Amino acid sequence: MTLLVSTFVNIGERTNVTGSARFRRLITEGDYSEAVSVARQQVENGAQIIDVNMDEGLLDSVEAMTTFLRMIAGEPDVARVPVMVDSSKWEVIEAGLQNVQGKAVVNSISLKEGEAPFLEQARACLSYGAAVVVMAFDETGQAETADRKFEICQRAYRLLVDTVGFPPEDIIFDPNIFAVATGIEEHNDYAVAFIDATRRIRAELPGCHVSGGLSNISFSFRGNEPVRRAMHSVFLFHAVRAGMDMGIVNAGQLDIYDDIDPELRELVEDVILNRRDDATDRLLETAEKYRGQGKGAEMTRDLSWREQDVGLRLKHALVHGINEFIVEDTEEARLSFERPLHVIEGPLMDGMNVVGDLFGEGKMFLPQVVKSARVMKQAVAHLIPFMEKEKAESGQASKSAGKVIMATVKGDVHDIGKNIVGVVLQCNGYEVVDMGVMVPCEKILETALDEEADIIGLSGLITPSLDEMVFVASEMERQKIDIPLLIGGATTSPAHTAVKIDPKIDVAPVVHVLDASRAVGVVSTLLSDRRDSYAADVKADLARIRERRLAARTAKSRLSLAQAREKAWSCDWASYQAPAPKQPGVQDFDIPVSTLVDYIDWTPFFFTWELKGTYPAILEDPRRGEAARNLLADGQRMLQRIIDEGLLAPRGVIGFWPANREGDDVVLYADESRASERARFHGLRQQMSKEGDKPSLCQFDFVGPKGVEDFIGGFAVTAGDNPEFVASLDAQQDDYSSIMFKAISDRLAEAAAEWLHEQVRTKHWGYAQGERFSNAELIAEAYDGIRPAPGYPSQPDHSEKRTLFSLLEAQTRIGIGLTNSFAMTPASSVSGLYLAHPDSHYFAVGRIQRDQVEDYARRKGWTLAESERALGPILDYEPA
Amino acid sequence: MNIAEELAEIGRRRVLILDGAMGTQIQDLKLDEAGYRGERFADWSVPIQGNNDILNLTAPESVRDIHSAYFASGADIVETNTFSATRIAQADYQMEDLAAEIARDGARLAREAADAAAEATGIAKGVAGAIGPTNKTLSISPDVNDPGYRDTNFGKVRDAYLEQARAMQPFVDFFLVETIFDTLNAKAAIKAVLDLRDETGQDVPIMISGTITDRSGRTLSGQTAEAFWYSVRHAKPWAIGLNCALGAADMRQYIAEISRVADTRVLAYPNAGLPNDMGEYDEQPHETASHLSDWAQSGLVNIVGGCCGTTPAHIAEIARQARDAAPRQVRAASASMRLSGLEPFELSA
Repeated sequence: MTLLVSTFVNIGERTNVTGSARFRRLITEGDYSEAVSVARQQVENGAQIIDVNMDEGLLDSVEAMTTFLRMIAGEPDVARVPVMVDSSKWEVIEAGLQNVQGKAVVNSISLKEGEAPFLEQARACLSYGAAVVVMAFDETGQAETADRKFEICQRAYRLLVDTVGFPPEDIIFDPNIFAVATGIEEHNDYAVAFIDATRRIRAELPGCHVSGGLSNISFSFRGNEPVRRAMHSVFLFHAVRAGMDMGIVNAGQLDIYDDIDPELRELVEDVILNRRDDATDRLLETAEKYRGQGKGAEMTRDLSWREQDVGLRLKHALVHGINEFIVEDTEEARLSFERPLHVIEGPLMDGMNVVGDLFGEGKMFLPQVVKSARVMKQAVAHLIPFMEKEKAESGQASKSAGKVIMATVKGDVHDIGKNIVGVVLQCNGYEVVDMGVMVPCEKILETALDEEADIIGLSGLITPSLDEMVFVASEMERQKIDIPLLIGGATTSPAHTAVKIDPKIDVAPVVHVLDASRAVGVVSTLLSDRRDSYAADVKADLARIRERRLAARTAKSRLSLAQAREKAWSCDWASYQAPAPKQPGVQDFDIPVSTLVDYIDWTPFFFTWELKGTYPAILEDPRRGEAARNLLADGQRMLQRIIDEGLLAPRGVIGFWPANREGDDVVLYADESRASERARFHGLRQQMSKEGDKPSLCQFDFVGPKGVEDFIGGFAVTAGDNPEFVASLDAQQDDYSSIMFKAISDRLAEAAAEWLHEQVRTKHWGYAQGERFSNAELIAEAYDGIRPAPGYPSQPDHSEKRTLFSLLEAQTRIGIGLTNSFAMTPASSVSGLYLAHPDSHYFAVGRIQRDQVEDYARRKGWTLAESERALGPILDYEPA
Repeated sequence: MNIAEELAEIGRRRVLILDGAMGTQIQDLKLDEAGYRGERFADWSVPIQGNNDILNLTAPESVRDIHSAYFASGADIVETNTFSATRIAQADYQMEDLAAEIARDGARLAREAADAAAEATGIAKGVAGAIGPTNKTLSISPDVNDPGYRDTNFGKVRDAYLEQARAMQPFVDFFLVETIFDTLNAKAAIKAVLDLRDETGQDVPIMISGTITDRSGRTLSGQTAEAFWYSVRHAKPWAIGLNCALGAADMRQYIAEISRVADTRVLAYPNAGLPNDMGEYDEQPHETASHLSDWAQSGLVNIVGGCCGTTPAHIAEIARQARDAAPRQVRAASASMRLSGLEPFELSA
């Protein structure tokens, strides 16, 4: 499986004799098998690469490196990850490279001894097939200032790329993390220098990566773990935002940035960011009191239902989704029943059946069901150890209603919908194996076979995920895996399933599932003896959809690209005064969550939870109003928690560039002289035939042609993410809060886009300084100008995000990355272009013809096949 | 244009055909110990029957005839009879010091057959210098009780390959590092070829072919197909693919995996099915060919041929069915750092 990482790669540091006393002892004593277990632990704890260092004066380092790498070669659970061969001696590095079959990373080479050995070692790395870490170190010594760090890295980059032909993406710079707060004044700026250098390296040396050894930063606080952890977290927080994408890190030595005591965080931040002259002294003064800490208390309530017997209490807790007492009630029930399984089959299933009935009757809604499921999961989690003990004693096995494997496909990170479906299925007695996000096809199928799954469910939100689903189906067909396949997620549709997926697979039925509430019905039918007749019905339905689509396609007449271009939208450009941005260039912002509260559009929030209706009307809906009100209250509680606990740190970046339309593209210039092209966005044009003189639109029709001093803007915003918080909720089996957190995160990202657009109109671009709109008017898009997003109907090609992100430096400035399928990470992120023309508006390109696909391929420098792949969802023909 | 470039040009229009097995054809010669020895090695101190590569010296006409038969069946490229022509592999027959001569003559024989076929047809014919895995493994201990033990090392393996490659270079259009059980051996071969390039200034392209040993989908040394590709991608190979161990039916999914990620041509030459109880291959030419033609039609491959158990009749049928398919389109990979252990790792740039 490909581990696709777009944010931060965690390199294990424990297999280092200079960093770990235990490892050094094991190696010097020759206890290699125990040393291997140190490596194994690191991989188990999430190291994605393991750093191996044998630089110890008393060791034969070549011998030790050779032996250790040979030992781990035979350990599949260690050898599965790449190795970083770490030494200051080239002979040790070379010994390492001669003993790894995978593609390794060399740590490190540098210009310390001059260009000749540097070039020679780089060439050797290339012929052994290794990526390299390059230290910011030259003939005059290690770089300490940001300028020197950058200059050395730039010089090394040019030598590697231009002289040696080294692939830029295989270069990792280590701009030296040195200890701060040492008491020596010159050291105070070391962290800032690293962060600034990182930002410049990532912005100006394309393709490369930045790494560093984190623990150095806190060297002067050895012995005070809480302070060291805080320093690591604060440093990493800023360095990652600047573009550090790898690091040698002890994951156990990190805190969640937002969990750090605000007082300590402030003091540490002063030190790391060198914000005040007395920062070190102030941190030293306070450091002592942070050795060991606890957390606050919780309030309890007294409720009458607690008077009932335990069975009724369990049922009440399930139906009302109350988890406060579930463990103690479950334990009481367990003691009163003969077997732990009877607790599940008795009161717990009774309760869940009531939930299922109420849900089926439309009297309970999804959010409530998810809350009930949380209670159920926690109860079952309590019983499992007892059941396993019983099973071990008797040799019996339990049976679930069926096993469902679920995954968000490779390249995609969106999982709210998938998680909801998983919870609903679990409520109904199905065993769900949730493989998470970005799961490659082979891993899904392997797991399905290993787990003997009854159903495979695939989810995805962005359009490239559709191709991945097609691939999974074709692989199932090829491998004759006859497990029913469920397809779900926002961009999936019965039409796509019918036209693209269903024809690829005959061995098993494929079913498009519209939403979570349908999942149980589909799964139970597929697992019943009605499977074959149901599958046949579904197949016939899909065939009908295919026919209808084909008929619709041939029925609608389309314009050739040339005809469509003649009908391009235009205006009297000569008399149009294009507004120039008040603040040109690129800038980024921290956006407080509290600022965004008033900009939240709640309607999609209810959609996420499958309560379909418009906010605020839905709150008064006679049938769903109560559920909607409760849901909104829970959502607002989560929002408040996000604000109070600082769980999210939304960020945004905007930029404006002089630009002119050129054909269906827009050219962005390097500067106002409009002499040299900086970048280019590609547009797509409608080809459906329209009545009269209605224009055939391309989004760049709204940008003035050459001669008009027009501009275009771009933006990216993210709500941020908080994997630690989500993990803590998941660890508590609290799906409800976990999904709620992600749903609110999505709303905040959209709100940030709305807020930022307003700022842009009134301030940064400033063409509508007088505008005053209410949130409802904003949602209704009453303002001038639009913010179309790549991947959406006005320009369905997601790959345009790459250009946008590079112009905005989105990764380095605000930490939004792109997966290979152009999904944004964190998942709660929004990006797009800004067009200012008052007549600009959103539209859908709709289906396009081969002539445009060919033309687009030429403009993008793609093959026709690549173009057809990227535009797959809107092709008006079957590609060859 | 040299021959590799001419073949690249042809390969833009259609699927290229590689030859089939050498061993099966040599078996048909039914040579006994004396047949292997010829006059030159009549008094050799150890038995050498089964050292197929020595026939380059003792039965050169037979070897050349086999190459010619494959060209006549429609092969565009044949592999030299040099699978074991390294100092390491020849040690079994105490013929270490003959390894370079065996390699050179093997390359020369294939070149003669190729030039004759090109002359006759007017179409370029290629020679791929076969570089086998040797009988040692750099990643796997031969002693189960001592996982850190190796009975050779990278330097020795690289030197043996360098000697072989240098001997073949004057006659070959490609090097083909094949039947890779252990990727570290292949990396030693790649290092040898790249070092030879630096030494001679001649840029003979490399083809690389791994072996997925069973349905676990891994090489013998434990890598997935994609991880294997990332481990050898620095060779910037002319083609990457798989051969041996599996028949076409079982190989397909791994070729599909490589085809999805490779930013170069894809090569596949499976066995004629799986061996029967007697170790013989029963799959008939039309069966092998129908699999390979399906791969070609599905756009998975650029070059197809056969490995163990395939014959000129197989190649003729493969050429007939697969040749006219449009070759797979080679597409550039996105700029990511791609590393590997046993499994692939990718960090986008």
